[in-house]
Amino acid sequence: MKTNIKFIQGNEVFAKAALYAGVQFYAGYPITPSTEIAEILSEVLPKRGGKFIQMEDEIASICAIIGASLTGLKAMTATSGPGFSLMQEAIGYAVMTEVPLVVVNVQRGGPSTGMPTSVAQGDVMQARWGTQGDHSIITLTASNLREAFNMTVEAFNLAETFRTPVILLFDEVLAHMREKIIIPGPGEIEVVKRLRTSVPKGTNYHPYLTREDGRLPMSDFGGVHRYNVTGLVHDMWGFPSTDPKVAYDLLHHLVDKLENHAELLARYKKYYTEDAEILLVSYGSSTRSALHMIEARRKRGLKIGLLELQTLWPFPRQTVRRECDGRSHVLVVEMNMGQICQEVKKAVSEPDKVFLANRIDGIFISPVDILRALNMIQGKGV
Amino acid sequence: MVKRVVFSGSGGQGVITASIILAEAAVIYDDLNAVQTQSYGPEARGGATRADVIISREPIHYPKVLNPHVLVCLTQEAYGKFSGIIRPGGLLLTDSKFVKVERKVDARQVELEMYGAVMAEIGNAIVFNVCMLGALIGLTDLVRPNSALEMVKSKINPDFLEMNEKAFGIGMRLADSHK
Repeated sequence: MKTNIKFIQGNEVFAKAALYAGVQFYAGYPITPSTEIAEILSEVLPKRGGKFIQMEDEIASICAIIGASLTGLKAMTATSGPGFSLMQEAIGYAVMTEVPLVVVNVQRGGPSTGMPTSVAQGDVMQARWGTQGDHSIITLTASNLREAFNMTVEAFNLAETFRTPVILLFDEVLAHMREKIIIPGPGEIEVVKRLRTSVPKGTNYHPYLTREDGRLPMSDFGGVHRYNVTGLVHDMWGFPSTDPKVAYDLLHHLVDKLENHAELLARYKKYYTEDAEILLVSYGSSTRSALHMIEARRKRGLKIGLLELQTLWPFPRQTVRRECDGRSHVLVVEMNMGQICQEVKKAVSEPDKVFLANRIDGIFISPVDILRALNMIQGKGV
Repeated sequence: MVKRVVFSGSGGQGVITASIILAEAAVIYDDLNAVQTQSYGPEARGGATRADVIISREPIHYPKVLNPHVLVCLTQEAYGKFSGIIRPGGLLLTDSKFVKVERKVDARQVELEMYGAVMAEIGNAIVFNVCMLGALIGLTDLVRPNSALEMVKSKINPDFLEMNEKAFGIGMRLADSHK
């Protein structure tokens, strides 16, 4: 019996992957269906020299991890829709102050307290635009537990590389489902360390002066350098500024550092796409139903394939356009009212060929639901 | 080979634990793929509790069970709610203390006195679910009996091990009498 083969729940996988990535600080407020992440890390993290704090609410939780990250720790929190809503203001602060952190949102039925134990994917747009002002953000997801492990490590890596909050947008089915997973060994997946400044003590450190490669080395807050951190528009010293050029450059920097790398950040998987006339586009747990339906229909000779998006934001427009153009139909499979479907329509040459197969009633979308939608758009009736 | 199993009963009967032991045994000891999900929420509180398991040599995508090959019902309510979804020709296992079956479904219906036997021979209802698992594995070839027993051992507090092994054995014995 190999010890690295496990049969565990999604939330346990997310927690294990966060530890693999080197998380040192967790502050959170437990909420269904993400609670097990906090439960596991509350036990394991202190034993590994990390800190776990159960905060009074989600606003305090995200503020605590911003502070922890600034002092040099890899920090995360986990929540679901209602908590994610409360976090939006401070996510904007982390975007503006360029603080690396990871926020797991295990989506459940919404809006508001919605359906706590039911599956949904309704927070896709909130992950992108939940906080105000022009900005960009990274959002990753996965459809099986091994990929969820990889994406969780990736989230920490990208947070450090780009100095940005990264949202892991999972869902109730993936979080509560148990399946076989081979846990990667140490060194099997690269773990990115924080880039710290080489500016010595006693020499001026500019916290927001980008290097030639566009990266911003950090200095542990409260350590050897004095600098300012603010949500106001700021100069290279971190001090508030209303200079139009400073504002223009900062906004462009915040957006361009991710949007200019959208294709580099695009994580996706293709299944049976080579000869596919019909292409399904899906992400998260919905992908599993899409894949089930495709494998059943392939046996009957239907030329159908799947593009699975693992990076949702920045939206991989070029990849989506390349994969979708030229197909007879594109069917987006998701558990909301078309949040990614609209993005796909914006990306492709022929938006009229893009349709939606969805479910919004808390029931996990089934292969039959997808087949029914496909039959409808092909004029075959239900 | 794909086997779809639904366990149903009420909260506290241990159907979810049993479903995890079965699926984990398939993965860890029998080198198969398995996926386990369960219903949460209002359904899980007081009313019918349900856990789905799929076991397969192939990768499993859709993780829920629509038409189980094997259905276990441990309350009348669960029987009423789920007996209709069984795949024609499947196996329906019930406990005769809790479920009065109506011979309506196209399935092999096996009623066993699992609860009665556990109470008579062990006197503790806590191992009822492990007895049911023993019976289920005795009636099917979902996993090797030793795999399930090893998994029970690895999950159970050593103080209760003997009781659980005995319950598993009672289940296997009851199943034998029905083969």
